[in-house]
Amino acid sequence: MAETGTAKEPFLFYTRMHLTELTGLRASTLGQLLKLVKEVNGSCIYHHTHRFLQQHQYLSPEPPNDFAYWVTEVLGEDELGERLASIDVVQFSTIRSLRDKIAATIESYLAKNPMAKVRFSGENEEFHFMKSISFVIPTKYTAHDLGEFADMLGKVTIDSIYYHIFEARLRLEKDTNDFSNWIRTSIGDERIAREISQLDPYTFTLEGLRSRMVRIINSRSSY
Amino acid sequence: MAKIDEYIPVVGQPQIDDLRLLAEKLRGKVIQNINSTSVGGGVAEILSRMVPMLKELGVDARWDFIKGGERFFEATKKFHNALHGVNVELLDQDFDVFLETSRNNIEELNTYGDVVFIHDPQPIALVDKKAGNKWIWRCHVDVSEPNKRVWDFLRGYIDRYDASVFSAPAFSQKLPVKQFLISPSIDPLSDKNKDLPQETIDAVLEKYGIPKDKPIVTQISRFDRLKDPLGVIQVYKQVKKYSDCRLVLAGGGASDDPESAEVLLEVREAAKGDPDIHILLLAQNDIEINALQRASTVIMQKSLREGFGLTVSEALWKAKPVVASNVGGIPLQIAHKYSGLLCNSIEGAGFSLKQLLHSPDYARKLGENGREHVKNNFLITRHLKEYMLLFLSLYHPGDIVYL
Repeated sequence: MAETGTAKEPFLFYTRMHLTELTGLRASTLGQLLKLVKEVNGSCIYHHTHRFLQQHQYLSPEPPNDFAYWVTEVLGEDELGERLASIDVVQFSTIRSLRDKIAATIESYLAKNPMAKVRFSGENEEFHFMKSISFVIPTKYTAHDLGEFADMLGKVTIDSIYYHIFEARLRLEKDTNDFSNWIRTSIGDERIAREISQLDPYTFTLEGLRSRMVRIINSRSSY
Repeated sequence: MAKIDEYIPVVGQPQIDDLRLLAEKLRGKVIQNINSTSVGGGVAEILSRMVPMLKELGVDARWDFIKGGERFFEATKKFHNALHGVNVELLDQDFDVFLETSRNNIEELNTYGDVVFIHDPQPIALVDKKAGNKWIWRCHVDVSEPNKRVWDFLRGYIDRYDASVFSAPAFSQKLPVKQFLISPSIDPLSDKNKDLPQETIDAVLEKYGIPKDKPIVTQISRFDRLKDPLGVIQVYKQVKKYSDCRLVLAGGGASDDPESAEVLLEVREAAKGDPDIHILLLAQNDIEINALQRASTVIMQKSLREGFGLTVSEALWKAKPVVASNVGGIPLQIAHKYSGLLCNSIEGAGFSLKQLLHSPDYARKLGENGREHVKNNFLITRHLKEYMLLFLSLYHPGDIVYL
């Protein structure tokens, strides 16, 4: 177990639960999808690019965002589906910039493939826009040093890890994830903070991410 | 009935901790559920588990019923079918009897809840009593292509609620009130879903005279045209030519469904002369349904329309391979070729059923994936959590809520 000096400020773990709100907005062509991607609330973009992280905690047959899945499986536009699935979400620090990238990807594909405009989804296969409502709640876990932090990181729910890693950075538009921020500013360990912030969390399951972070802290911190 | 802590081995301690955290935030609020029947059908089944669990968590949940006579339930059954997009003859007196019964209920029923949670169209008009409290309409019906006359009629009520809840994204319509997506759930510890010893399963097969000499294909559903029991018999006949099997069609009736006796007669007629078709009209006996599902080689759910189709989750929880229609909430439960097979026709269902009967390893893999999917998404603990979040959302507007 890691043991280090006391933090300047304790780390309070929060958890995040969510409800899905329906909008009644739906698309049956790429043109409609593009129009709505540009118009809908940012919470919709967030929902359709992050839903999979919490719903599929095991090997999933679906690509990691709803836009890519629909374009591939329903419209049969494999190339666009691949381009959308491979958008590197970790590179974007705001939902606005992520939305712009998704829209630009669809737009440039439509410009090169005009026939894609005339493809329609089948009955009951439209893309339904939804959004995530997040509920953020403090947990009973508070860490006062890096050792306690590593212990608690092993105990909190995956929802808590999700909140501090994904939601804090992209939806709340903080520069980095909460863990790296606290380790840097309150513990003063720049190396561990950087190593955690350099992980691409979108390529881990949440349990895998938990284990990796605990390992980084335990192997790097002073004993 | 199982206590909350008994779910820890199934879903893990953190999930139960979350439920307690949310229940604490609802302390002092009375949640009043209202529907039309205490037994039969998915809504009553869910409420009969949900209400006691909320109470155990410390939430003051109650459950009341409206009253209605035969004519009222005939009218609401027509509305139900019309909302599902079925072509039914709607008469002015159907709407008159609905309004008259609703007026009586509005006079008699006390809507005392801080949150009044109305389930399905039958009690929808109670919203006329809305005062300073919060009202939610929970739609358990597939309204992706509703009959316009009935939908417009109901919209007069829906638009006055504080929020509405639907079971699948395809059911959402453009509405002036908030709409939430909450899938229903199964209870893994209920009599219908808990593990059973082989002796219990064998005893149920023996009771109903179902030999274990051939693969058993089963559809568990009320005898309702929208569940397409006649279509299932056609599927079975198509497959039987290549793969010898038995067909079990088993289900009960709900007290708000006057049509089931007529459908049952038609099903018996279609099955006449085939000793390998077993038509079972079951009294409410969840252990027997559980045993029949566990005894089955393949489970079918060939519905034409579905509010959600929880029998699919029940079957998947038992790791059974499932062939089911691509309607309503079923595609949420089955990812085609991953956690089951989806079909759009009798021919397609027949082809899928043959595949599963002929490829047991493939069938087993689909069932195992299905169980994992249900564990992550369709158990009652997830449902409880989302209902509590729904109640809290009424008091905390915004996309990010700090509790």
